Amino acid sequence: MTTTTAPSSTFDRNALELLLHDHPLPDWAAQQRQACMDRLETLALPDRRQEHWMRTDLRMFKPHAWGLRAAPTAAPPEGMLAPAFPQAAADGDSVGVLGRPDYAGRFAAVNGHVIRNEIDPAFSKQGVIFGTAAEVLATHGDVVRDHWLQIIDTENDYFAALHGAFHRGSMVLYVPAGVKIANPIHCLAAIDDGGVDTSHVLVVLGDGAEATVLTETASCGATGTATGFHCGGTEIVVGKGAFLRMVNVQNWDRGVWHVARQKAVVHSRGRLQWTLAALGSRLSQVAQDVALVGEHAEGQVNGVMFTEGRQQLVYNTLQHHEAASCRSDLLYKGALQDRSRLVWRGMIKVDKAAQKTDGYQRNDNLMLSDAARADSIPGLEIEADDVRCTHGATSGRVDEEQIFYAQARGLSADEAARLVVAGFFQQVFDRITIASVREALAAAIGSRIRRVS
Amino acid sequence: MSERLEIKNLHVAVEGREILKGVNLTIGRGEVHALMGPNGSGKSTLGYAIMGHPTYEVTAGSIKLIDEEGTAHDVLDMEPDGRARAGVFLAFQRPMAIPGVRLADFLRHSVTNVRNPDRKEGQELMPMREFRGELKDKMKELSMDSDFARRYVNDGFSGGEMKRAEILQLAMLRPRFAILDETDSGLDADAVRLASESIARIGGAEMGILIITHHEQLLEHNIPLQTHVMLGGRIVESGGPELAAELHKQGYERIRKAYPEAAAAEEEMEAERRLEPAAN
Repeated sequence: MTTTTAPSSTFDRNALELLLHDHPLPDWAAQQRQACMDRLETLALPDRRQEHWMRTDLRMFKPHAWGLRAAPTAAPPEGMLAPAFPQAAADGDSVGVLGRPDYAGRFAAVNGHVIRNEIDPAFSKQGVIFGTAAEVLATHGDVVRDHWLQIIDTENDYFAALHGAFHRGSMVLYVPAGVKIANPIHCLAAIDDGGVDTSHVLVVLGDGAEATVLTETASCGATGTATGFHCGGTEIVVGKGAFLRMVNVQNWDRGVWHVARQKAVVHSRGRLQWTLAALGSRLSQVAQDVALVGEHAEGQVNGVMFTEGRQQLVYNTLQHHEAASCRSDLLYKGALQDRSRLVWRGMIKVDKAAQKTDGYQRNDNLMLSDAARADSIPGLEIEADDVRCTHGATSGRVDEEQIFYAQARGLSADEAARLVVAGFFQQVFDRITIASVREALAAAIGSRIRRVS
Repeated sequence: MSERLEIKNLHVAVEGREILKGVNLTIGRGEVHALMGPNGSGKSTLGYAIMGHPTYEVTAGSIKLIDEEGTAHDVLDMEPDGRARAGVFLAFQRPMAIPGVRLADFLRHSVTNVRNPDRKEGQELMPMREFRGELKDKMKELSMDSDFARRYVNDGFSGGEMKRAEILQLAMLRPRFAILDETDSGLDADAVRLASESIARIGGAEMGILIITHHEQLLEHNIPLQTHVMLGGRIVESGGPELAAELHKQGYERIRKAYPEAAAAEEEMEAERRLEPAAN
């Protein structure tokens, strides 16, 4: 794939023309880009008076400083989850083209330039469609057109419109009815210092299909402080009786602006286990919506957040019960160090038709410093009359008596603090059924905790 | 010279209020000592001070570990974990819950550090297989269900379970000196007997033990070399096992009459405590 996009470009009409030229899309998809561009031109940056942007400080975000970037020369990072799946033992597993039987497929893009795009051919034979959006929209438009940028609302705000117009380096996975992919599919979005990522992820599971998708973000290099801008979107469709395990790990360097619109639609008796983990970025503003649209659909949402320095992470979650007898269960857990901030604003919305709803949401935060601040704002909006919806939120500190108890048993104060924090997250780790993801997250969090006082 | 834990003229204050007013006590390795006394006399404070709880400020006196060569190691210079690594153990009257941390994982860290006192965090833990084997054996000896170690540390434990978990830790850590703060409370008669036997088996001649108790049952298999009575922040009388039996049956009236000064101090401390109900 060649590119002529100038690195200095901003997100304007010229850049859009270049993008359409470099990455041609079928007419319908190109028209979507244009429509989003039209919309973008009418929008200003959101401000803090809007409820989803409360306590989100965008004053230092300069929209004209960002645009599509050229492919970097730096080697891409491997990511945090990738090494968690070691080379599988040669015990007779069919080793695909990947040479790694532990992944069913792998995808990676740097600054939106796709550098890896491979799937075990055994699944292609079963009708699994996997690849870049540019490929799949062209070859399988009939299959994905109903979903592509139809699930999230690209008109909603500046960033949603920007994403709709300028998405690049995007991955599409379609698993046909009844096909089960046991091993995970790994998708890495990376940027270099000052880099930009506008990638989109679309995952569609047909009726009765099963898959595990791990997506993660990472900055190139190891400074930890590189800057960048991610304006992403994730769309998920879980068909009738299908089961998807989705994990999104955000681990950018600490100078990266991260804005993401994410939404899943779960059909009758479909099950979704969706885990969000966030360790990085300068500022994050994430919408995570789950719509349960068919009876007996289930959505489990897990959040693991660790913030430090002056990081500011804002999450708006929606559990939307549109059909009867569905279950949603959200647990977000955050630990905050230094002067960092974490905002969670959660809503359970129950439509009139959604009788026998079982909805739950909970947010626990552990304050590791006096200067950190966490806000939990749960909300219920219920129109049906026969439902069970509960919510809870806690905020606490590490108990010095716990530290002393552990010290009395020979653990250093630091070791004790790390163990207490690990224990705090255990409750949400216990819900994540992918051991290697649990372990990777636990190790990453453990390495960040400093002695709390 | 035999190894010993030597406490001299120990004064301890909590938030500026003096609780211990000159405690002298020497425990040799292999000896059992009983410490009795009314509630609020300062028994638990002594345990916390020996272990180094930050709230308990030592205002005067010393706590020293004397090794086989007769060299004194100043316990007050050590962090609480340093004390544990030096072989001091406190079985808590009310152990803390650590939700999300399995007892087995906690103990693996603990055992590794105590057996390798110079271990830094991040260095290797005791091999899993070896640890599990040892833990399984110890739990069997203590008639504990192996599932117990998979539970989170003291989280949702009954009073009796907490005490048994403390004894399990004692058995795994095999300290040189152990302070058992009311390890019998919350246990029924059978459990106390089992605990008493277990402690005797764990301790043997290898451990110096200070048993803080209101009862004599725990002493059944751990005959104290000396029984000490604490009143008003001081040890006012020491005797043989017959003293424990007497106090258990007859209470502290004779002691209070015999040591009016300490009894007055006790009343004063009691009055102060009532004024500040939030304090420990």
